[in-house]
Amino acid sequence: MANSKRMLKGAEIVWECLVREGVETVFGYPGGAILPVYDALANYSDRIHHVLVRHEQGAAHMADGYSRASGKVGVAMATSGPGAVNLITGMATAMMDSSPMVCITGQVPTNVLGSDAFQETDITGATLPVTKHSYLVMEVDSLANVIREAFYIARTGRPGPVLIDIPKDVQNDVTEFEYPTDPIDLPGYHPPEKATDEEVAAVLELINGADRPLVLSGHGVLMSGARDALIAIIEKADIPVTTTLLGNDSLPHSHPLNLGMMGMHGNASANHAIQGADLIIACGMRFDDRVTGKLKTYSPNSRKIHIDIDASELNKNVRVDVAINADLATVLAQIKPGVKQRKRAEWLKTIQAWQEDATQRDVLQLESETLLGAQVIRSICENIPDDALIVTDVGQHQMLEAQYYSHEQPHTLITSGGLGTMGFGFPAAIGASFHRADREIWAIVGDGGFQMTLQELGTAVQEQANVKIAIINNGYLGMVRQWQQMFYNAHYAETPISSPDYMKLAEAYGVPGYRVDRREDIEPTLKGARRHKGPVLIEFVVEQHEMVYPMVPAGADLHKMIRRPHPEETSV
Amino acid sequence: MKQVLVALVEDKPGVLNRIASLFRRRNFNIESIVAGHSETPGTSRITIATDEEEHLRRNIIRHNLLKLINVIDVVDVTDRPCVIREQALIKVRANGSIRGEVGDLVKIYRARIVDVSTASLIVEVTGEPDKIDSLIEVLTPFGVVEIMRTGKVAMIRGAVNSSDQEEVIRWKNGNGRNHKQAKK
Ligand SMILES: Cc1ncc(C[n+]2csc(CCOP(=O)(O)OP(=O)(O)O)c2C)c(N)n1
Ligand SMILES: [Mg+2]
Repeated sequence: MANSKRMLKGAEIVWECLVREGVETVFGYPGGAILPVYDALANYSDRIHHVLVRHEQGAAHMADGYSRASGKVGVAMATSGPGAVNLITGMATAMMDSSPMVCITGQVPTNVLGSDAFQETDITGATLPVTKHSYLVMEVDSLANVIREAFYIARTGRPGPVLIDIPKDVQNDVTEFEYPTDPIDLPGYHPPEKATDEEVAAVLELINGADRPLVLSGHGVLMSGARDALIAIIEKADIPVTTTLLGNDSLPHSHPLNLGMMGMHGNASANHAIQGADLIIACGMRFDDRVTGKLKTYSPNSRKIHIDIDASELNKNVRVDVAINADLATVLAQIKPGVKQRKRAEWLKTIQAWQEDATQRDVLQLESETLLGAQVIRSICENIPDDALIVTDVGQHQMLEAQYYSHEQPHTLITSGGLGTMGFGFPAAIGASFHRADREIWAIVGDGGFQMTLQELGTAVQEQANVKIAIINNGYLGMVRQWQQMFYNAHYAETPISSPDYMKLAEAYGVPGYRVDRREDIEPTLKGARRHKGPVLIEFVVEQHEMVYPMVPAGADLHKMIRRPHPEETSV
Repeated sequence: MKQVLVALVEDKPGVLNRIASLFRRRNFNIESIVAGHSETPGTSRITIATDEEEHLRRNIIRHNLLKLINVIDVVDVTDRPCVIREQALIKVRANGSIRGEVGDLVKIYRARIVDVSTASLIVEVTGEPDKIDSLIEVLTPFGVVEIMRTGKVAMIRGAVNSSDQEEVIRWKNGNGRNHKQAKK
């Protein structure tokens, strides 16, 4: 059947094209305007597995999680109107974190488009700001090419979500189908490739001449496959590295040059290093306000190099001396030969002093009666293999994960960084489990965020998704409570939150459930839970007033962190 | 100096909407935007005037436009020698006695009277925006009933094409290459 011409309906063309794109899993939910596509699924179900979600938001997060775990384009599908609108949170999340995704939505028939027909929403209009690109397919003849373009756009350049909206009559229309093989012709789309010779020379001059250089390693290091090249360069030139949240797994945690995470809840030593550096080499990161603090005082005495695949990120927030718009892995390969071998002992010694201070303030050094979220996360880290995948939700537990989970291997962390979408973690973990069913996957979620998308327990059970759910239950919307404690006189407005009886919830869904409220029970429970295949739920009842330190208050100078009191100053 | 950008875009539904939406959500200000067919079938040329003064911000606006898939090229012509023109229709209250006076002014500005009724005239003028401002100012004492301005269109002087037409022709001939890269 390779390329023979056949008469196919639009609905069949959708599946044909997905098969050609190598799609094996689609996350979706049916409805009136996408019925023809669902009707045609039966003929393709031997090649594509459709996962029925419990809410379209779940489908979008699952497609995103699948994409981040596999490096492939995730696919979500929904009907028009409410179905399509429910995908938006997931598209916005994927957009912010540059996650490649294709969303396919049904639309009302073309003859009633624009008439406020039943379940009509202008979804291409509504999603303009949260998609990399979008299509409203007005005739069946263009459908195959649109799908091909959509996948290409989603996965190349700076990846992102692409929406394809298909009116119902277009799904039913029949056309002669031949899979397009000519090169994709997008005159306005050409992802950049490499740096110019002048740019390489400028970078080398700065790096080789710097006494206190620092690499900022972001998500782009992982996405472009630049990790090995980066490690080679920093080892050759003895340059310390600090990572963003999404770059937390871009360098082995135990690497001696790894200072850990920067920014609002980053390591104090990393933030001090940024402020004290004489050269910043920013790789595949975008100087988000959560990592820079106040821009006016950000790294005041450094020259700056910024390498990013997205030209519009260069000089956006932080003004730099050398801005390179290219693929990071290519640029690092270009500069590697010219980087001079050098030791930078003095600079590293300065940094080490900052690190020691942090160790003493570590919460794990404190005596505590109650169970702490940090202990739970450290325990999970110590008890599961290096290649296990951690997916977090958003809040204090997310920051504790970033601080207390040591990622040795790349692509072992999935988290919603740019948008900070509560409710992301659990469905994203389910999605990730479809990449490799044998992989150990832990969803670390808060009691607040889990309750936003816990209906996906139904999906996890129906699919027997291999996801271990660790609920860090502090009885609060903890991160917001922390801000209220620090900046709003401990006025806890609408942050105490109740939970269902999670053991009964687990039972209702037929998954093994555990509750842990003592430190000594963590390990045995983790061991027990790991023996089950398929979904398992563990509730960790933790200290309600735990704080995440250090903290740079929003908009403050990066070096003016609120620190956990030193053990000699007070006992907490 | 206000920023003037000239963009070459694919003629696809919603392109103007994408551009307008981009300016709104990025908090860039559009002063005027004018779109029309270009010399190459299937493409339009758009002149966008913004109030951005600062060089790096201007560059960011340009790169954000380039990020739109249907935008083929964007040239910032602000600091380049170019012809900038705008057209306006100005309806002036003018009965018999002062028509002559208005007519004289119109001549000085090389404008034209394109409609006459018993109580009013419509003046059509083309030129640099400053010239149009100035004509409006001198017509105001007569009583301006209505003004309609097109916004600026811009074109670089000399034999160069605003969007390096050779490149565009090359991709049209199926020989596409990294156009945006070449422009970097
Ligand atoms: C959808 C959504 N709504 C609101 C917020 C604001 N917010 C950020 S963290 C947080 C609290 C999260 O609480 P929980 O899930 O219990 O995690 P914890 O901080 O307690 O670990 C809230 C409400 C958000 N990030 N996302
Ligand atoms: Mg909580």
